[in-house]
Amino acid sequence: MNAEVRPIKTAAETALATSFAAVKRALPGPATVGVLREDAFRRFETEGLPHRRVEEWKYTDLRALMREAKPLAGVPDAAAKARAKAALATLAAVDARSIVFVDGALVPELSDLDGLEAGLTIRSMAQALAAGDGDLLAHLGRLVPTDDVAVALNTAFMGDGALIHVAPGVALAQPIHLVFVNAGSEAASVFARSLVVIEDGARAMLLESHVGCSDASDHQVNAVLELKVGDAAHVDHIKITGEGAGALHVSSLMAAIGAHARFNEFLFTTGGGVVRNQVFVCFGGEGTVAGIRGATLLQGHQHADTTLVAEHAAAECTSREVFKSVLDEHGRSVFQGKIIVRPHAQKTDAKMATHALLLSETAEADNKPELEIFADDVQCGHGATSGALEQELLFYLKARGIPAKEAEALLIQAFVGEAVEGIEHAGLRDALIDRVVAWLKARE
Amino acid sequence: MHLLEIKNLHVEVDGKKILNGLELSVGAGSVHALMGPNGSGKSTLAHVLAGKADYVVTQGEVLLDGEDILALAPEERAAKGLFLAFQYPLEIPGVATMTFLRTALNAQRKQRGEAELSTPEFLKRVREVAGKLGIEQEMLRRGVNVGFSGGEKKRNEILQMALLQPRLCVLDETDSGLDIDALKTVADGVNALRSPARGFIMITHYQRLLNYIVPDVVHVLSRGRIVKTGNKELALDLEATGYVQYQEEMA
Ligand SMILES: Nc1ncnc2c1ncn2[C@@H]1O[C@H](COP(=O)(O)OP(=O)(O)OP(=O)(O)O)[C@@H](O)[C@H]1O
Ligand SMILES: [Mg+2]
Repeated sequence: MNAEVRPIKTAAETALATSFAAVKRALPGPATVGVLREDAFRRFETEGLPHRRVEEWKYTDLRALMREAKPLAGVPDAAAKARAKAALATLAAVDARSIVFVDGALVPELSDLDGLEAGLTIRSMAQALAAGDGDLLAHLGRLVPTDDVAVALNTAFMGDGALIHVAPGVALAQPIHLVFVNAGSEAASVFARSLVVIEDGARAMLLESHVGCSDASDHQVNAVLELKVGDAAHVDHIKITGEGAGALHVSSLMAAIGAHARFNEFLFTTGGGVVRNQVFVCFGGEGTVAGIRGATLLQGHQHADTTLVAEHAAAECTSREVFKSVLDEHGRSVFQGKIIVRPHAQKTDAKMATHALLLSETAEADNKPELEIFADDVQCGHGATSGALEQELLFYLKARGIPAKEAEALLIQAFVGEAVEGIEHAGLRDALIDRVVAWLKARE
Repeated sequence: MHLLEIKNLHVEVDGKKILNGLELSVGAGSVHALMGPNGSGKSTLAHVLAGKADYVVTQGEVLLDGEDILALAPEERAAKGLFLAFQYPLEIPGVATMTFLRTALNAQRKQRGEAELSTPEFLKRVREVAGKLGIEQEMLRRGVNVGFSGGEKKRNEILQMALLQPRLCVLDETDSGLDIDALKTVADGVNALRSPARGFIMITHYQRLLNYIVPDVVHVLSRGRIVKTGNKELALDLEATGYVQYQEEMA
């Protein structure tokens, strides 16, 4: 039989198609951007929502998990902004320049946009898209090209986000904190798109938080961040996924790293019902040292998938990948990590480790490491463990008078700590440890 | 009333009988040495006292100050003043020794309805005992027992004991693995804690320790029960004769 097999569209796929047809003309950007959107949407239409028979999405069947597509978020009203403002107060007391997005839209009155340091520019992505900014279009979708369907969907619908530029040699003293708050009273979908360019020799710390604060917690977030790290630049990016347990959160980081750079990525996930964090990083210049780490703490029926593709395309780069997950109740974590070493990327030193701590019999951890090595003089490896807390250690602590839950909390904190210690900025590190402690307290 | 009273204690592990009607009473202010061949059940007794899971008490009672502690959780026993110095202290990477000590001390105080210790007071106490035991401040910043030598681990157990000020101290082969100087340091640490209110059970294989910490009573444990009790001379006799006669008595 020769007929083309076209799967029946799910309700969510149909809704996305209807939505795209209805809003595409209203989305920001001139014709050139419109073409990008159309191409991206066609890519989505051909593939549909990724499902378990798509290898990269094997453990996170979006077609099954995303029953419906929520309507595109509207412009946040005063009530939503007020809710967002209240939520901000509870965020970690990190001394950072906050850029706040409510339901995907930049809200200047909640953001610290004044007194930018010399060499730092921060703009609204929606405005830059609307203006057809040449510099933006030169980078958009090009730093680490991917045909991933979630990214395509974001490109089709991309609304607002941050467009940040740090000039060569500029060292920002203060971290920049991108805060994405879902505050609409009705569940909605948000397609945030950001581009951050850190030029050669610059130093920047970027914190990205996703939080929910409304009663309708089943928001759908599809966030994309494209990041360029110039030669000899030093960049930390810490992403905190902390939405409510009903939220569907898909995020993709595409990071292109230059030569002799230092890059630290940290993914911290405690929120969201279904979370998929994708990291596509390419080491394109020699002599870079990078750490890609993460900690995931899940309970209830939370599902969090971390999918990493680290491509060593240049020689003599070192990367360390360390992911820890703590799983209580029916929590499920997925880690898919692929390290690719291109033929000329000799002397690559890449080591990947994943560890899962199962606090209940019903928790589950899936782990899929992959190494694709095309160079012959490299040091690459991966290791994985998964298990419960050690009873002997717990007994030792209890025998010293520490109650069971507190003893568990000490050991869990130590377990997660090994990954969190990799964060260089003491304030950010402490802020994350505080969050781990809060998660553990809530468990008691 | 005795500080500790063990009556007709029978204990099984994995269906295997290990303690067989053990009887032992320790009065406040006294030091009891517990000796006996390998596998006779000394560590088992220590673990049962501390409340380790997997040990099934099939008969008997353990009274601390007249109260049966067998139904209590390990942390509750600790708060009531029971302390076990482990034969094999464990390493806990990622939990700083200081955090561990402080959490333990405050958890015990909380269970007893006492206020938490202030940071300066806590630090003062730790410095004091660490100094006496020759434990460097740097070691206290490391994870619990991480990178400690065998002897350092044993000294760290005594540090915890000195800080927690328990009423009944059970020391399981604290002397094994110690060099001669460390043995003296540890013995001094233990002797400093001797008081009319406190009792000790010292599990050991060697008479040497008992030269430094002179016991009031010496017991021989064999096949899960006490087969001989005497004064400190008994330890000297054992050094000469070994355990053969007691094993035969059992048979
Ligand atoms: N979990 C267990 N399962 C089965 N047997 C056990 C278990 N724990 C201890 N035993 C056995 O119980 C007996 C007593 O062990 P215990 O450790 O109490 O001896 P001990 O007197 O402390 O010896 P040592 O002088 O060598 O330290 C041994 O035969 C040991 O093999
Ligand atoms: Mg023993």
